[in-house]
Amino acid sequence: MTTPPTPQAPYQQQAQQYPQQNWAPAPTDLYTSPIPQRRATLADALASEWTKIRSVRSTMWTLGIMIVLLLGIGLLSAVAVNASDSEIGSTKVLSFGFFGVLLGSICVITLGVMTIATEYGTGMIRTTLTACPSRARVLSAKAIVFFLLTFTITTVMTTLVAALQTAILDGGTASGDDWLRATVGVGLYIATLGLLSLAVGALIRHSAGAITIMIAVVLLPLVLAMFMFSQSLADVQQALFEYSIPSQLGGLYDASVSASGPSGWEPLWIMIGVTAVAMIGAFASLESRDV
Amino acid sequence: MIEAVGLTKRYGAKTAVYNLSFQVRPGAVTGFLGPNGSGKSTTMRMMLGLDQPTSGHVTIGGHPFRSLPNAPRQVGALLDAKAVHGGRSARNHLLSLAQLAGIPAARVDEVLGVVGLQDVARKRSKGFSLGMGQRLGIAAALLGDPQVLLFDEPVNGLDPEGILWVRNLMRLLASEGRTVFVSSHLMSEMALTADHLIVIGRGQLLADMSVKDFISANSADFARVRVPDAQPEQREKLTAALTEAGGQVMSEPGGALRVTGLQLPRISDLAHGADVRLWELSPHQASLEEAYMRMTQGAVDYRSTVDQKAGLQQPVPGGGYAPPLPTVPEVPQQGWYAPPPPGQNPYAAPPVAAPAVPAPAAPAAGPADLTKRDTSEDAR
Repeated sequence: MTTPPTPQAPYQQQAQQYPQQNWAPAPTDLYTSPIPQRRATLADALASEWTKIRSVRSTMWTLGIMIVLLLGIGLLSAVAVNASDSEIGSTKVLSFGFFGVLLGSICVITLGVMTIATEYGTGMIRTTLTACPSRARVLSAKAIVFFLLTFTITTVMTTLVAALQTAILDGGTASGDDWLRATVGVGLYIATLGLLSLAVGALIRHSAGAITIMIAVVLLPLVLAMFMFSQSLADVQQALFEYSIPSQLGGLYDASVSASGPSGWEPLWIMIGVTAVAMIGAFASLESRDV
Repeated sequence: MIEAVGLTKRYGAKTAVYNLSFQVRPGAVTGFLGPNGSGKSTTMRMMLGLDQPTSGHVTIGGHPFRSLPNAPRQVGALLDAKAVHGGRSARNHLLSLAQLAGIPAARVDEVLGVVGLQDVARKRSKGFSLGMGQRLGIAAALLGDPQVLLFDEPVNGLDPEGILWVRNLMRLLASEGRTVFVSSHLMSEMALTADHLIVIGRGQLLADMSVKDFISANSADFARVRVPDAQPEQREKLTAALTEAGGQVMSEPGGALRVTGLQLPRISDLAHGADVRLWELSPHQASLEEAYMRMTQGAVDYRSTVDQKAGLQQPVPGGGYAPPLPTVPEVPQQGWYAPPPPGQNPYAAPPVAAPAVPAPAAPAAGPADLTKRDTSEDAR
């Protein structure tokens, strides 16, 4: 068995070491592709994931609905407050963006789960991992592309809505830090929440199941806390109120459901910590489990 | 070059693949055969590093798939034609795979042309027929112009033209010096496409040999004997004489007898000695499909039973129906085992002119065997 000299000599030489037992005619030439070879990198995986995420309609639908929700509810609440002629006084104008973002987060959760779970649902994951055996690279590329996409859109929309609300209502002037938290901070928080959904999707591998879990994560603490009347559960109730995702989101706007609990930038750090743990689990699961 | 060594995969208590060792060499099409659920797809998933073997290992070009440098440029695979996101267009699907492997985008349009999907390249793959889906899967496998190609049931759902195309494509790819590994449950298809066969059943290796060897090792020869229809007593007389001489006799549905263990001149002599006239005495060779079925029939997981409609039938008035007792055992009535109908047999070859000895290495034996090959040709 003779092998013509090729650019990827190490692999070919490895093949030569195998004794050609059993086979009567040793092949004279192994096929070598005329297409130049180069190693694939994370940048290639990012390009691939960008192609994937932009070429399915569910991306357009979920992000489109989120934009409509952010803009529609943001403007509606501003107009409604303006028309009711009530005293805004101490209420910060920026916090009116909260309701739209809370609803819009469901779209981000859906998209985050679907980014990975539809690959399992359709079996596409096997094709993907055949084209790129480095599973960590695939998941990293998915996470980065999804995070940047949702962060950009959420931040642009929250900034736009905040500017419009400030223009419609003339409340107290917000500080620069308030602005930063209500735009970039909320964008980071929502994109990280989406990343958590992506991690859950990678762990559960089932779209509907993972979306249900994520919506429960968002809503259940508040709902549970409402039914905890018992005195002995008061501490638990308080914790559930304070650390539920809606009140954390409110914390970013300085308009938390409860007076105490995380405020300022704290909700973002909490969300990043939880997501990091989930992503580590997703990486470990993807590396070790059969697909 | 693919090499599996002691490959075993268990899912809980079920062993899908057990102690499978084989090599797949370049420059040939290797057929991977087995009944449904015999572990073909599991084996291919382990080759591609998608499933982790419980024990043993499989290497491609000396490396496990997941540690291959530039894997998609070395190995291309079609595992499941439906394993695509239906909402994505064919071109975008292939583009994402090309980008993932660092393959130039121009290659996408090339492979779309190779599989004949250029006209529907921008249509969503949800609307594709099974055959178009197979073509898209083959395009994905060819994308990296790889040295090793794995195809899991590539002809499923293809029309006759598509089947011919796949067959020629496999042979072309192998002739270029590539390793081509094709799974199928259709022996007849593999007999035309493959040079080498690996047969598994219940996850275990049943055969690893060239197609030619497989045919000669597994084909059973038999003689079909027919006596005048109106004289059943002659039939019984002949059966007794043949059985006495050491032959095995089975009855075929059309009234003919299937004789094994006796050579044709001996059957003729015995018939003459018993004073029985013969209408037919013809040599037959079991088809490749039949040989394969016989080899795997102990390893079939999903076997159908006769639909008896018990208790649902109207009682027959009078009720005096008694089936006549057969004097000789019937030929097993599985669909695949049915011999070709007598009408299709060329009576042109008269019994006396038929070759005397059904030689063991039948297909390669020479011109005298031409008449014998008719059944295997039919089945193909």
